[in-house]
Amino acid sequence: MTNFPILSLITFLPILGMIVVLLIPKKQELAIKSLTIVITAVQVVLAIILLMNYNYSLGGINDIKSFQFIEKFRWIEITGFSWIGKIKIDYFLGVDGLSMPMVLLTAIVTFIASISSWTIDKSLKGYFAMFLLLDTGMMGVFVALDFFLFYVFWELMLLPMYFLIGIWGGPRREYAAIKFFLYTLLGSVLILLVMIGLYFSSMETLADGTRVFTFNMLEMMNPANYTTGGILSPLNPNNLRFIAYIGLFIGFAIKIPMFPFHTWLPDAHVEAPTAISVILAGVLLKMGTYGILRISYPIFPEITKQLVWYIALFGMINIIYGAFCAMAQKDFKKLIAYSSVSHMGYVMLGMAALNTMGISGAILQMFNHGTITAMLFLIVGVIYDRAHIRDLDSFGGLGKQMPVYTGFVTVAFFAAIGLPGLSGFISEALVFLGGFGNDITRVLAVISTLGILLGAGYMLWTLQRVFLGPLNEKWSSLKDMDFREYAMLVPLSIIIIFLGVYPGPMLSLMNSSVNTMVEFIEKAQAFYQTLGSL
Amino acid sequence: MNFTSDLYLIYPEIVLTATLIVVVLFDLIFKRSQSWLPVLSLTGILAAFIFVVMQYGTNLPAFEYSTKNSLLSIDNLSTYFKGIILVTSFFIVLFSIFSSEIKSCKDRHGEYYSLLVGMMIGMFFLVSSNDLILIYLSMELLSLSSYVLSGFVKKSIRNSEASLKYVIYGSVSSGIMLFGISLLYGLTGTTNLNEINTILRGTNVIDISFILSIFMILAGFGFKISVVPFHFWTPDVYEGSPITITAYLSVASKAAGFAVLIRFIKSVFFSGISQGGYWNLLSYFDWQVVLVLISIVTMTLGNFTALWQDNLKRMLAYSSIAHAGYILLGVAVLSDQGITSVLIYFAIYMFMNLGAFLVVMLIANKIGSENIDDYRGLGYSIPFLGTVLAIFLVSLTGLPPTAGFIAKLYLFVALVDAKMIVVAIIALLNTVVSLYYYIRVLKNMYLVKDVIKTVHIQLKPLSFVTILLLVIPVLLFGIYFTPIVDFAKLSIQILGL
Repeated sequence: MTNFPILSLITFLPILGMIVVLLIPKKQELAIKSLTIVITAVQVVLAIILLMNYNYSLGGINDIKSFQFIEKFRWIEITGFSWIGKIKIDYFLGVDGLSMPMVLLTAIVTFIASISSWTIDKSLKGYFAMFLLLDTGMMGVFVALDFFLFYVFWELMLLPMYFLIGIWGGPRREYAAIKFFLYTLLGSVLILLVMIGLYFSSMETLADGTRVFTFNMLEMMNPANYTTGGILSPLNPNNLRFIAYIGLFIGFAIKIPMFPFHTWLPDAHVEAPTAISVILAGVLLKMGTYGILRISYPIFPEITKQLVWYIALFGMINIIYGAFCAMAQKDFKKLIAYSSVSHMGYVMLGMAALNTMGISGAILQMFNHGTITAMLFLIVGVIYDRAHIRDLDSFGGLGKQMPVYTGFVTVAFFAAIGLPGLSGFISEALVFLGGFGNDITRVLAVISTLGILLGAGYMLWTLQRVFLGPLNEKWSSLKDMDFREYAMLVPLSIIIIFLGVYPGPMLSLMNSSVNTMVEFIEKAQAFYQTLGSL
Repeated sequence: MNFTSDLYLIYPEIVLTATLIVVVLFDLIFKRSQSWLPVLSLTGILAAFIFVVMQYGTNLPAFEYSTKNSLLSIDNLSTYFKGIILVTSFFIVLFSIFSSEIKSCKDRHGEYYSLLVGMMIGMFFLVSSNDLILIYLSMELLSLSSYVLSGFVKKSIRNSEASLKYVIYGSVSSGIMLFGISLLYGLTGTTNLNEINTILRGTNVIDISFILSIFMILAGFGFKISVVPFHFWTPDVYEGSPITITAYLSVASKAAGFAVLIRFIKSVFFSGISQGGYWNLLSYFDWQVVLVLISIVTMTLGNFTALWQDNLKRMLAYSSIAHAGYILLGVAVLSDQGITSVLIYFAIYMFMNLGAFLVVMLIANKIGSENIDDYRGLGYSIPFLGTVLAIFLVSLTGLPPTAGFIAKLYLFVALVDAKMIVVAIIALLNTVVSLYYYIRVLKNMYLVKDVIKTVHIQLKPLSFVTILLLVIPVLLFGIYFTPIVDFAKLSIQILGL
């Protein structure tokens, strides 16, 4: 098992699928749809195989030996540059406790989204080709450990997403698609610049003893690798690390999306087809927070430490502001979109706490938000497919008409509110415990608890407006859920309830990595301090 | 000076001249078999290419009139650019076979192909000339051939207008350049770049008239590479000329202009190389600031003006101005690394820009328009061409995993290494702006559904192969770019430095 390139397989399987999809004649719609579902199902199986072979005791983060399923070989090698040393880029994949939950989440959410895509009826071939390309990009981001490779995967997602929103979206799809594209591209060029800066600031030692500039994230994390003159090297008294951190953070924050860079999200969500909303909220938003945890935190620990209060502050703003916005919405989908803004705020708050509980809570919240929001968007999709409107005020009393559906809605809504017994509760509780545990973030965490109240407010109000009260006669012909919808909502509900009752497996999956990270940031912080006093 | 013993160094040029003669004679004698003309041209190009390949690695002065001072420098830089020019010419001749614009001028194909070869000869001398007089002469040879070619379709008013504008702008800028050359000659007493360098090394006082003369000469180069403020001709000429010529001007002619610019700056001002490959220049005047300012203004103006264009050809013209701005940044770094990034950029830019023009031409052949609004829904009726155009445009934007990203990456690597962070940020923001107009074409092709024109384009096998020859490198070099970088970094060598 150790030599089998399972991470490459799980990442590039969708691209193979894409090629096959492109070769299938346009008329064979059933074949195209089924193939996509099969491929994403195989991905789930591969993710489960990964999980079964995963060694829970290894930490990862900055130590290559404790990463698992590593694949590393030379991808680009240019020798003999007398004036620049050697350029070398590795094809370097691996997972640790930080990326493993994200790989699982991506596999599950993509599988559910591919079932949800069954109802797509125009230009099927293009849709599923783009869908599978997007899948590769997402999976690649979570398993890449070379910054260059990470960036290629990161950008690979943009174009498919643009087309998926722009071609198969709602009435204002063109506007939403270009807005998404421009915002995220703006973020990625910032990331690119920091990437190049880091490349010139850190060197790794090769087996033969020569030192070369490196794109390897793990080598960038090691303070001993910095060059004396590099612009992002702490050894350089005029370094730009602080500015670079802000740039990198904005690049990731656009994806989260953090206030004030969140305005693309409601547009993109409202216009995107259901399956794409599910992917967008379920996986894409997590890339922002994943990037911060994977790259910003360990490479810039001393600046992270300086800025945690601000990260927590923006987390708090996201929580409160997102909740208020959600409360004001009349469009069901927009409401869920703003609730995403609010819920991603918890992730940022947890990250800012910089302790085991906070960061575990943040990662768990990333996973849980992925599953819960996926479910919420599917729920909106179910009602939209039937009624073709999403206006909250025009419904009423659907509980009588569609009892099973209402049951699922209740599970998802209560999970989003954070009701004990459902997964959302555990992660939010951990985030708050972590936040209270850190003196710097305590006040902000206390204020953020207001978000739970507001969350309960808009969720319950929505439940009341749509599902309770007298039945609006206009909707008396609506049917309850069909088999396809069960197939999507049942697995998600099981995950949500299981992790609510017994979050142990997920927490122990990330535990040693979170501990390693917290410890590493403390240690590196001390190192940078001694450097500063010199 | 011994002419005959150095002739072997200009075999590629001799082959091209022979091709020119053969094309003219063939056209005179066999008036009816015009379809053989492109074959003859292609044969000539291939033969010249073989000689260029054999010449690669040679670093010799040709036609020396005193020790170290020669008319031509046959070095890796010139050979690299000759390769770029030949590959571009190869594709342009192929394009010309499919172009309905060119086909419409039935009896004048001989004229077309002979002028095309004439341009090649001009560019070949331009990239390797080491003497201001020869630079001027070869630039004129290049310009005169391209003035005629841009007005090739006589029936089209657009073509004639383009040609006239080109002539006017071209003659003004070459006049300025000639004046600059004469000033420089008056100051130094020589027209040889290396000799000027020797004289500059001996003197410490840099006169204002010296700086003025350099500015005037730069104006001539600026016209060829179409940077602000010498860009005014570009949109009109690019829009008006036949697409084949537009594509040729935007790649080959620009490459030749950059080659001579690099050689001029390095040969005249070079005084030594410092650690990291940075050049020490001989002038008290800060040329780097001038170059950086010009390139920033060029790329910003190019990108922002492209936003408002409705004609795809005109939009690509502005986009090529913007690209000239990016490439000039690579020169402005004034280091070996910057020049490497320029060479990488050109090799990639050649494939993606030619590709974009080819698809535009194939579509224009059918629908008779280059208006972006006429591209509505085209992605559905011609899926292959649509996808290919999408790849080229994405590559021009510079997104991975296409080759355009690698071109931009190396440029930014050079900038960051030179600590020109603010400049790099401006260039990156420009990339974001450029996305908007490139994606607009894709938006019209795929996102707009209300007007679906069913256009059927039956691709001939030859045009299909040509597209593949252009699109495969764009994708391949995006993922595996070692060969192109290896090649570029060997090619920065300039003779005598």
